[in-house]
Amino acid sequence: MKEQNQQSTINNQQSKPYLFDNPKNVKILLRCFYCSLLVLLIIEFFLHKHPHFAWEGWPEFYAIYGFVACVVLVVVAKYILRPLVKRREDYYD
Amino acid sequence: MTDPVPPVIIFVVGALLVPFIKGSWKSAFLLAIPVVGFLNLISISEGTHWVVGFLDYRLVFGRVDRLSLLFGYIFHIISFIAILYSLHVKDNLQLIAGLVYAGSALGAIFAGDLLSFFVFWEMLTVSSIFLIWARRTEASLGAGYRYLLVHAAGGLCLLAGIVIHVNQTGSIEFGYLGLNGLGTYLIFFGFGLNCAWPLLHTWLTDAYPEATITGTIFLSAFTTKVAVYALARSFPGTEALIWIGAIMTGFPIFYAVIENDLRRVLAYSLINQVGFMVCGIGIGTALAINGAVCHAFNDILFKALLFMSMGAIMYRTGKINGTDLGGLYRTMPLTCVFCMVGAASISAFPLFSGFVSKSMVMDAAAGGHMRFIWFILLFASAGVFHHAGIKIPYFAFFSHDSGMRPKEAPIHMLLAMGIAAFLCIFIGSFPGFLYSLLPYPVEYVPYTAPHVVGQTQLLFFSALAFTLLLLSGIYPAEMRCINLDADWFYRKGGRLFFYVMDRTLNKINRVCEGVFVGGITGYLARISKDVVPRFILLGMVSFWVLTGSRGEVLQMKKMNVYNDFLKGTLPVGIGAGVAGLFIVLLFVLS
Repeated sequence: MKEQNQQSTINNQQSKPYLFDNPKNVKILLRCFYCSLLVLLIIEFFLHKHPHFAWEGWPEFYAIYGFVACVVLVVVAKYILRPLVKRREDYYD
Repeated sequence: MTDPVPPVIIFVVGALLVPFIKGSWKSAFLLAIPVVGFLNLISISEGTHWVVGFLDYRLVFGRVDRLSLLFGYIFHIISFIAILYSLHVKDNLQLIAGLVYAGSALGAIFAGDLLSFFVFWEMLTVSSIFLIWARRTEASLGAGYRYLLVHAAGGLCLLAGIVIHVNQTGSIEFGYLGLNGLGTYLIFFGFGLNCAWPLLHTWLTDAYPEATITGTIFLSAFTTKVAVYALARSFPGTEALIWIGAIMTGFPIFYAVIENDLRRVLAYSLINQVGFMVCGIGIGTALAINGAVCHAFNDILFKALLFMSMGAIMYRTGKINGTDLGGLYRTMPLTCVFCMVGAASISAFPLFSGFVSKSMVMDAAAGGHMRFIWFILLFASAGVFHHAGIKIPYFAFFSHDSGMRPKEAPIHMLLAMGIAAFLCIFIGSFPGFLYSLLPYPVEYVPYTAPHVVGQTQLLFFSALAFTLLLLSGIYPAEMRCINLDADWFYRKGGRLFFYVMDRTLNKINRVCEGVFVGGITGYLARISKDVVPRFILLGMVSFWVLTGSRGEVLQMKKMNVYNDFLKGTLPVGIGAGVAGLFIVLLFVLS
């Protein structure tokens, strides 16, 4: 009986909806994220920059660099590094 | 109030008392050690203390200045946090090792001479190894041995460097050295090994993820940071460090992207962060050195926070691979929040601690017009957000639902994470407090509008890249595998060495056995047995032939003499004659 109770508690817990179980919430989060990106892109034009390097003054330099850097990072890691270094888990055993 | 004592003493004495304290007092006692240590530390004035004569040298156990004090403060703070996090641990071995380890780190940073520094440096290695072995798995045992061997090699290199340096200069002072001569190069290399320089780094990524849950918190704080301190003390402005540091920031992030073990991801990001410090020390300006040590201070906190959150997951679920985890935000919300604070801090989000220190190093690189270096550091900044800032929290707490519903972390772990998280936000929001403790006066202002917006853009758009890559399925899936790294050379190389030695040395051994044991020895034994009668017969037979003995008579005479010699039953006269002949022969030959 006690075990059954425990089981039902676990089931209840599992069926309890959590924040991101609802796809709507994920969508809202993503939309907020995209909006903040837009704000960041626009806000830059209202700033007075004092760059060390010339390219720091280019419009949206940091945004483009951040995006490109991460794409390069992932592509290189996935398509170049992983095929080179990936081994089975028991490789050294 | 009593006079202050060297900070190391409080920790080591505390560690020795641990086995004798039982029950509920134990927690209080353990927590009191760093508190008493901190009170002791703030009562020490700047200057040189505890000088002890040793042979012809002066050992200095208390060189207290702004640089060593800063490390002293953070080492006490992190000890308190790590001990609080470890309160559930009943294993005295781990507790003692952790305390001695923290004490050794304090001993090393306050050492004013190379000899005592070296002793504490080696104590760091020896005590830390028990934090790895204490996990008591086969993997941790192997990783511990490799860790020990690598550090023993590094330690010997450092010792050789110190001996050569002291021999050349006659001074054991632990101050600015610079690269001039073999001795300093060896010291430089010895520091670099503990600093996890590229290709020397694999002891870290190999061993830290195999250590105990609480051991990793200690490990992440001390060894590399003592090495950073040592470089800042002895090699500031060494140009090689700029490049070494830049490479350190760059290459680990590629590994971190494809790594499955989340604590190993953090180990790679630890190298990445130490890279910023090494680079700053290499640049060597006041701003760069300030940035490097400030970042060391912050890194200890946020890296410990990240390791603690992963440790809490391991404690509750027994799993740490990205493939096994996911969706834990549901039942471990506080751990999730603390992890995200750590992630935001390491990624240098505005208002979090990394922002106020990493940018100092970046600015110093820009101020020195180091374009290429600056680009690498910026790439690493975006990359660290990618793997430590997003990947860690995402794969552990969100991603797919692993179906696990573990309990929230125990209260003492939450408190430890809470303190670290609070400090990360406090330092990020009010950097002036930490800036006032830095070695040089700080004029740097982190919160300018272009800096805040630029950094936020960098991070948000790398987050956008992550999101799009994930949604499009390009993002590399977590896989059950291992990724080869430079440790391949000694792990496989060690086996090759063993194989080669086995084949060559054992073959030589067999040949030698065949020649000497089976061949020459037996031959000599056979020869020695009847060399004398044969020699005698040579002369006697000629004599008998000349005197006319032939056939059976000759044969019988030969047999008689031969047997008499073998059995030692010669008539006395002949024996004496032979002995006399022998003496004459010796006389003639000599």
